[in-house]
Amino acid sequence: MSADPSNPTAYIQHHLMNLTWNPDAWRQNYGDFFTFNMDTLFFSVILGVGFLIFFRLAAKKATPGVPGKLQNLVEVLVLFVDGLVKETFHGKSKLIAPLALTIFVWVFLMNFMDLIPVDLLPSIGTAIGVHNLRVVPTTDLNLTFGLSITVFILVLFYNIKIKGPIGYFKELACHPFGPWLFMVNLPLAIVHEISKPLSLALRLFGNLYAGELIFILIALLPWWMQWIPGSMWAIFHILIITLQAFIFMMLTIVYLSMAHESH
Amino acid sequence: MSLNLSLLGQMLTFACFVIFTMKFVWPLITKAMQKREEEIADGLAAAERGQRDLELAKHKVTEMLRDAKLKAAQIADTATKRGVRIIEDAKEQARKEGERLLQIAKGDLEQEKLRAKADLQQEISAIVVAGAAKVLGSKIDEPANSDMINQLIAEVGGE
Repeated sequence: MSADPSNPTAYIQHHLMNLTWNPDAWRQNYGDFFTFNMDTLFFSVILGVGFLIFFRLAAKKATPGVPGKLQNLVEVLVLFVDGLVKETFHGKSKLIAPLALTIFVWVFLMNFMDLIPVDLLPSIGTAIGVHNLRVVPTTDLNLTFGLSITVFILVLFYNIKIKGPIGYFKELACHPFGPWLFMVNLPLAIVHEISKPLSLALRLFGNLYAGELIFILIALLPWWMQWIPGSMWAIFHILIITLQAFIFMMLTIVYLSMAHESH
Repeated sequence: MSLNLSLLGQMLTFACFVIFTMKFVWPLITKAMQKREEEIADGLAAAERGQRDLELAKHKVTEMLRDAKLKAAQIADTATKRGVRIIEDAKEQARKEGERLLQIAKGDLEQEKLRAKADLQQEISAIVVAGAAKVLGSKIDEPANSDMINQLIAEVGGE
């Protein structure tokens, strides 16, 4: 089932279909949830491992003397993230800054897949027998929720660790209307807490999904005029992907520092 | 499009990545940067210290130069003075020597004069005796009269 621009609906749907792995035995016994989106997993792991190897190399060769080009690049990123974390988070944590760096670079790299021509990798996939391929991992809800839920687990963990279970409950129950209205406060606070991972995941997903969709639509235009909206959208998208990676990182830092500070 | 097991896979992957970054990437880089920061700070401090030392050394050099000049001037002064004194001494010595020589010469002269005088007295007394003998026609008793003659001569010579 290769891409066919003459049938737009099929073309678009094809581009939004994941390469899934769902053995029949699992499906019969447990249902559709027991499915793996192989393309998302593959590209995210490849990009993540690439990022780690790159940074590990730089870290191993890191010298206090005159830094090389690789070290310079990595140091710029590290300084950037470290500065943001120090501005926002006023405690001591060995986790937050590396976490923020990982999120920023990894999400950026995954978003960057959006800038690769929409048909390039799927065509190569078709040629080697892979018929469905979505190359941008951040257009998969599983990935964005995977990130945001992990962050949310950390937020809960630190809330309970720093404030104690009772302290955390008190904080949820006593704001914003004071302790006597805890029946109103509690649902509000819980919705407020749950909205954190939800908004994190959906914001990233929505931006990238829409961006990808527009690239697909541009690819449906006649070939001689694709370059005008294509290049415009691509240039604009360079901003979007960086911004989204930054926002995800920044909100993670903010949520975690909120978890460390009691009101 | 729906959520499935990939979610768990992604969470696991994410956790692994974060742990890796936390353990093997972040500390090394920040340590290197911190060390560099310290080294730069040390270097700046050393440079400042060096500058201060230089300033100090310059002051010292000026002082030493001034001292040396002063000393040189003093040495030259003493040398001049000593030279003058040596010349003075030599002059003095020469003067004294000259005086001594003059004195000696004068003494010699005096002696010579006295001797000449004595000779002359002797000769004159002989002449006087001879003359008187001729006038008296006889020999004068030389020993008897010599006292008187000598007195006479002394009177004449004393003039």
